[in-house]
Amino acid sequence: MLIKKNNELSENEVTDFSVYHNRRKFMKTAAGIGIAAVSGMPIIEASAKTVSPYSTDEKLTDYKDITTYCNFYEFGTGKEDPAKNAHTLVTSPWDVIVEGECEKPGKYNLEDLLKPVSVEERIYRFRCVEGWSMVIPWMGFPLADLIKRMQPTSKAKYVYFETLHDPKQMPGQRRAVLDWPYVEGLRMDEAMNPLTLMGTGIYGKDLLNQNGAPLRLVVPWKYGFKSIKSIAKIRFSETQPVNSWQKANENEYGFFSNVNPDVSHPRWSQRRERRIGEFRKIKTQLFNGYGEQVASLYAGMDLKKNF
Amino acid sequence: MKISENKFSRILRPSLFALLLLPAIYYAWGVWQDSLGANPLEAVIRGLGDWGLRVLLLTLAISPLRRLFNWPQLLRLRRMVGLYAYFYVVLHLFGYLWFDHFFDWEEIWFDILERPFITVGMVAVILLTPLAVTSTNGMIKRLGKKWKKLHMLIYPISMLGVLHFWWMVKLDITEPVIYAVILAILLGERLFNKFSK
Ligand code: HEM
Repeated sequence: MLIKKNNELSENEVTDFSVYHNRRKFMKTAAGIGIAAVSGMPIIEASAKTVSPYSTDEKLTDYKDITTYCNFYEFGTGKEDPAKNAHTLVTSPWDVIVEGECEKPGKYNLEDLLKPVSVEERIYRFRCVEGWSMVIPWMGFPLADLIKRMQPTSKAKYVYFETLHDPKQMPGQRRAVLDWPYVEGLRMDEAMNPLTLMGTGIYGKDLLNQNGAPLRLVVPWKYGFKSIKSIAKIRFSETQPVNSWQKANENEYGFFSNVNPDVSHPRWSQRRERRIGEFRKIKTQLFNGYGEQVASLYAGMDLKKNF
Repeated sequence: MKISENKFSRILRPSLFALLLLPAIYYAWGVWQDSLGANPLEAVIRGLGDWGLRVLLLTLAISPLRRLFNWPQLLRLRRMVGLYAYFYVVLHLFGYLWFDHFFDWEEIWFDILERPFITVGMVAVILLTPLAVTSTNGMIKRLGKKWKKLHMLIYPISMLGVLHFWWMVKLDITEPVIYAVILAILLGERLFNKFSK
């Protein structure tokens, strides 16, 4: 399957050994290179790999933690539910419907969507609105690449995303905790920002279902719930979409949801965060530390009002 | 119903004591073994809060159970259960002060003012403290009638406990609703009992 191949290929480009702190992961990466060697790919690539200028060099969160501590209400509201229940999701074949204000609407098979892109590794901080954070080595490609191919019209001011809606595959959707399907949105300039990623993998492997397989959004300067999972529909629109959490509670969750230590939430102080795997908490940074790349998008906006 | 004095003090009371200690052992063991998942400190704070509320409700269940089974001995377990509730709530608070704020008092003060569910939890522990302090035989004697009045505080405290959980939850209120229903039954039984006499 092509999707797999994409992420496997990039396994040769994934982070330097030194970043893979613990021995277990070291072994895994070593095994990956072993496979590359057998399949005739030059091992040199493994060391001469390119590090994305957008990647952080902070210590990576354990693969096990990333794949077992998830918010994905389609598979239950407990953090450990998705890892237990997400096996019912069928990610192949997978179609993505593209509609709205663009020249190339249609139903795209995922393989066709991924054919022209080159998957790369991006190590991003990931900050959940609940006050915890991770450092995740994503595999993916810039959302901008996909958007350009769909040729949005001048009316396309926002991009709207929708998760698959199928209670048979997503048992959590049988309960109306959220108004299904899960929807999210970005302003066009946010969507086109080079940081914004369409994620296809983690740690050089395909995404697991609980992490939003086969295709998810990754917007590192916003709270995690903006990074919608298992995307089945993309729509270009003139009006600002109402995202699921805003719909559920507009006093607590806004459209922008930029990480901001000065805008507190009634349930979680946002001044600090707990890095999963660490004991002490660390200070939360404005835009999750990506201000250099994204602060200009919000110039002149009152971030306290537009939270 | 009645069991022999021997069975009561040699078996029932120590068994209950051991049983109520199990959650604390479970979490201590879990931290030691790192078996509490990706976010163990959160798991500890939450687990202790859960047990604080459960044991609080168990304390409130003793009188109704005594009436239901016509079993006066049960009342003599109530102090231990109540103190256990306080034990878990205080550990829960301690977990919060340490693992959430590392004893940064300024930060804690802001947090209490800023987050309504924390405010409510704090009020509940503050009200619970005099009940724990006055649970000794000497205090019961000294306070006489006032003791009973003071200990009626357990009713608002338990409501605050449920409210605290309700307000903490992001979206899925199933669990707090279950606790609220149990509390309503326990308090409702008292009203019913009072007015049907
Ligand atoms: C009678 C007093 C209290 C009771 C019965 C109680 C009970 C609970 C319960 C049942 C939960 C939910 C656990 C879960 O999600 O499963 C909880 C959560 C929590 N409680 Fe309390 N609590 C009390 C007092 C306090 C106090 C005084 C504080 C701090 C000042 C506090 C801080 C917290 C925090 C921070 C959480 C959420 C932990 C998280 O976000 O993961 N509680 N409590």
